[in-house]
Formats: sequence, C-alpha cells, structure tokens
Amino acid sequence: MTRPLLELRELRVHFPVYAGLVRRRLLGTVRAVDGVSLDVAPGETVGLVGESGCGKSTLARAVVRLVPCTGGTVGFEGREISALREPAFRAIRPRLQLIFQDPYASLNPRMTVFDALAEPLRVHGLADGRDVLRRVSDLMELVGLAPRFMRKYPHEFSGGQRQRIAIARALALEPKLVIADEPVSALDVSVQAQILNLIARLREQMGLTLLFIAHDLSVVHYLSHRIAVMYLGRLVELGPAGEVFHRPRHPYTRALISAIPVPDPVREKTRQRVALHDEPASPLNPPSGCPFHPRCPWAQPRCAETVPPLESCGDGHQAACIRLDQM
Amino acid sequence: MLKYIIRRLLGFVPTLFVIATIVFFLIRLAPGGPFDADRNVSDEVLRNLEAYYRLDAPLHEQYFRYLWDVLHGDLGPSFEKPSRTVSEWIAYRFPVSLELGLYGLAVALVLGLCAGITASLRPNTLTDHGPMTFAMAGICIPNFVLGPLLVLALSIHLGWLPVSGWEYPEDKILPAITLGVPYAAYIARLSRGGMLEVLSQDFIRTARAKGLSEARVVLRHALRGGIQPVVAFLGPATAGLITGSFVVENIFQIPGLGSEFVGAALHRDYTMILGTVLFFAALILLFNLLVDLAQAWLDPRVRYE
Repeated sequence: MTRPLLELRELRVHFPVYAGLVRRRLLGTVRAVDGVSLDVAPGETVGLVGESGCGKSTLARAVVRLVPCTGGTVGFEGREISALREPAFRAIRPRLQLIFQDPYASLNPRMTVFDALAEPLRVHGLADGRDVLRRVSDLMELVGLAPRFMRKYPHEFSGGQRQRIAIARALALEPKLVIADEPVSALDVSVQAQILNLIARLREQMGLTLLFIAHDLSVVHYLSHRIAVMYLGRLVELGPAGEVFHRPRHPYTRALISAIPVPDPVREKTRQRVALHDEPASPLNPPSGCPFHPRCPWAQPRCAETVPPLESCGDGHQAACIRLDQM
Repeated sequence: MLKYIIRRLLGFVPTLFVIATIVFFLIRLAPGGPFDADRNVSDEVLRNLEAYYRLDAPLHEQYFRYLWDVLHGDLGPSFEKPSRTVSEWIAYRFPVSLELGLYGLAVALVLGLCAGITASLRPNTLTDHGPMTFAMAGICIPNFVLGPLLVLALSIHLGWLPVSGWEYPEDKILPAITLGVPYAAYIARLSRGGMLEVLSQDFIRTARAKGLSEARVVLRHALRGGIQPVVAFLGPATAGLITGSFVVENIFQIPGLGSEFVGAALHRDYTMILGTVLFFAALILLFNLLVDLAQAWLDPRVRYE
C-alpha cells in the first residue's frame, strides 16, 4: 500500500478561554480538536462530517496551520510538517490548499478576480509576464467562468460564481491535497449541486486528493470514498462511504443518517428516526467517558467511565463505541 | 466621474453663500468697528473713512454689494492693512500656511500610520499599548502646551533647534511637529482600529492560505481596507492642518494666513475676516471632495451616484 498523502496523528487543537478585563484568568480550555488520527491516501476523497461546533473547520485550519496545533502531528507527503518553521512551511503551502466556506467573505473585495488568481502564481514563482494572463484565463475556464470577467470585482458575481473563483484560487497552485471546508453550505441548494459536480469533475481531471468537510451526510456520501464522523473534537466513526452511510455502527452516525429526509413522501412519513435530546455538550466542559453518552439512546452507566477508542468492525470500518458488537 | 465632480463643485456655491451670510451678519454684531481700535481719529476722519468704504450705507445694501463683489471674484480691500486687497493678502500669506500644513500632514501620516499599523499587528501586547499610550497623550495635550514644551526642551535646554522664525529648514521642524502630533495621534488610533477590523476578516485567512508572507498579507491585502477610516479623516484633517494653524503660527512667529486671520478678527477687519473664512471654507469643501474620490479609488464597491 502506498504511503498516505496526509497523516494526522492524535491531532489536538485547544483554545484557552480567558475572562476578566484587568486581571485575566484562565476560565478553561476549549478542546476543539481532541486527538484525531486520520489518513488520506493519494487520490482518495475523505468526507468529514459532524454538527456545527464539532471541530471540523478547526481541524482543517490546523492542517494548513491557520490555527496552531496544541499537540499531535501532521504528516504530508511522508514528512512531518507540523514541526516545520514558518518559511519552510510556506514552501509546502502551494501543495496544500483550502477552499473556504463563505465565498462572500473569503475573497478580498478590493482585488479583481485577476489579481486574486495571479497573486499566488507570482508569489510562488509559478508564472510571470504573459504567462500569468494565460494561466488565469485557463483557471477561469476550468471552473466554468468566462475569462472576460477577470477584471471584475467579487461583489459583481453571484454566490455560486464566487465559490467558483474561490475554487480556482485554491487550484491555481496545482495543489496535491485540497481541503474543502463546507464549500457549498453558504450556497442555495440549486447552486450546491453545480458546485459539487464541479468539484467532482476537477477531482477526476486533476487527480486531486480531497478532504471534504460538510455537515450534510448526503453531500459527503455523493463525493467521498471514505467518511469520517466527528463529534465534540473526536472521530467516532470512520469507514468506506457506502458502509458508513448504509450500515452506520456508531449511535451518533445513526442519528445523523436517520435525520436525512427521503425524497419520497410515502416513505418519508414512515421513516424511522433516532431522536437526540439536548444540545451537544460544550467542548469547554466535555462529559466524562464517551463524549456522546449524555445524548445517546443506547447509553449505559459504563459509557461515562472511559473514552472508547476507534475499534475495527471489518472492511476498514471503525467506530468508537463500547457496545460496538451489539450495534 | 466628471459629471459627479462638476455636480459636487456646483454644490459648493449654496454652502459658501450660507457661510458668507452668517459670517457677514455675525461680525457686524460684534461691538466696535474697523477704525475705532487704538488710534485717535477725529469724528470727521472716521466719517470720511466709512464713506470711502461705504460702511455708512444700510446693512442690507452693504451685504448685497459684498455678495455682488464676491461673485465677481473681488473679496474687497483690507481695512486694517490697505496696502493690499484681501485677495492679495491671501495670495501673499497662504503659501506659508500651506507649507506648514503639508509638513504637519507629513508628520501626522508618517508617525500616525507607523504607530497604528505596528499596534494592530500584535493587539494587546506591549507594541500595541506603547504607541497607543503616546497617541492618547498626543490627543490630550493641546498644541499651545506642546509647542512651548518642545521649545523649552529642544531649543532652550538643548539648543538643538531655533525657538521661532520661518526662514531656514531647521526653523520648520518644531512647528511641523507641534502641528502634526495631535493629528498623528488620531491617525494612529484610526489606523489601528481599521487594520484590526480588516485583519480579522475571512479574506485575510485566504491570503495566508495562499502562502503569502505576513508582510504581503498586511501591506497588500489589509492596508487598503485598513486605512479607509484614515482616508475619511484626511479630508477634514488636511483642511484643518492648512487652515487651523493660527495657534502654531502665533507660538513660532510664522507669517502665515492663520496669524493674519487672528489679527483681522481682533481689528474687526470685516472684509479680511470674511475673505479668509470663505477661502478656508472653500478649501475644506475641496479636500472633502478629494477624499471622497480617494475612497472610491480604494474601495471598488463605492459608486458615484
């Protein structure tokens, strides 16, 4: 087996929380990402799902070092990159790109599309002179925008068009790994499908490795080879997309999948749903033992005692639940 | 664009008209007249003078005659210093105020932007609190205190710079600092605030993800948006620096239009006061227009309507 392109080992991102204006005291630590291990093989697409606040975006930002890691390691192309100093890390960045969630905020409103796309090319020495113009129009065509719009500003485009620009921007540097951080959740449903198809097409065309983050399991299922489910900063289930989607093993994944509406009114009425009570616990004060046990319909007293590790349940499928054999 | 500028310029006319009207009647309300200051003039001479300058006519007649003259580009004679007309006095004195104002502006921009941007890069650390403390002090100390303090320290104790005058390059350092520091302090606070706001935006994260150096992120992506509040302030600030330097001009004995204006006010030199006020008002309007144009250039989303 080839070596994974991205290797996360026990990755932790904790944020200290302070209170008080004059005498600042430490209130506690938000464990946004709390020991995540995940491999992404070259050419593979891994979908990462979980509800709001579970640490998906923080994980993505920690990988590309937009937030500092507190612990664990990030390996990329067989090198440990989490220990690199900033100038050395900058040399890696072109091969490790992020597509951001909100195309309304992630593009500089004072730069034309051309400037935004040309800047990384010039800074990283990938093109100069007339080459830049050619590369920028190629990129715009690649994402389905007419190159004649390259002198326009972001506010002159629609949301879907802006996300196309953001994708072109990420692809400008010909990355090996693209992390898409909820690339469609800020868009209308009708536009979501177009952008997902675009991402799927570009993945085939450019042989991209993709870490695709979403809170919508059906979106992830459409694109991914494998799915990772995150809850309160930890992975609770990981496996081949079809397995996780059709035979979920972790109670949380079951609840997520049962919440997807079925596009058939008759079956929709009889759909069995796993109801969850309460909000997810605060990552500032996570529950003891399994982080999911306060909301789990199958919880037992011993669930509050130890944190269950990810355990294999066949076919590369793993789940973190102490009642795994009964699930 | 050109249409917009022309429309804005036409808008100056009613504003200037209102200013001229208010000032014309206000200064007539002040007790005393231009010729009863300190000299002993006989009643006969006084009446002749008033007849010569047509000050004996009814007030509304004087008012309309003045407006008529202004419309023809004539700001009238100076009562106090009849060797030149008001327009000539402005042309003679204003270049000095302009020069002083521009030096002050340079001091304000260089000091203010450096302090503000430095402070914004590491908020709530020593490099933030240090410059901001000085900025607060700069805002609080009025220039009639700062000027004499600087003279005391740098001229009298250390003997590095001249106490007053406006001849040699070294004469101009202390007035420029005295005039520029309060504005530098405002600019520091404005640019810090503006930069902090822009640096927290999502597109800055995008710029970092592109793999740009921190310097490029700050200078190329954040600065244009971050100095927006400074640019907005620059209109009134430039006008204030060029026209509002009468305190500094008095402290350092500088022959500018500001000290001329103060003299005219004390001597009830009606036409001189009116002329200077109108001139200053036109300058302020002009700089505000320039700032609006600059803002549109800095932010492509701004459109002329």
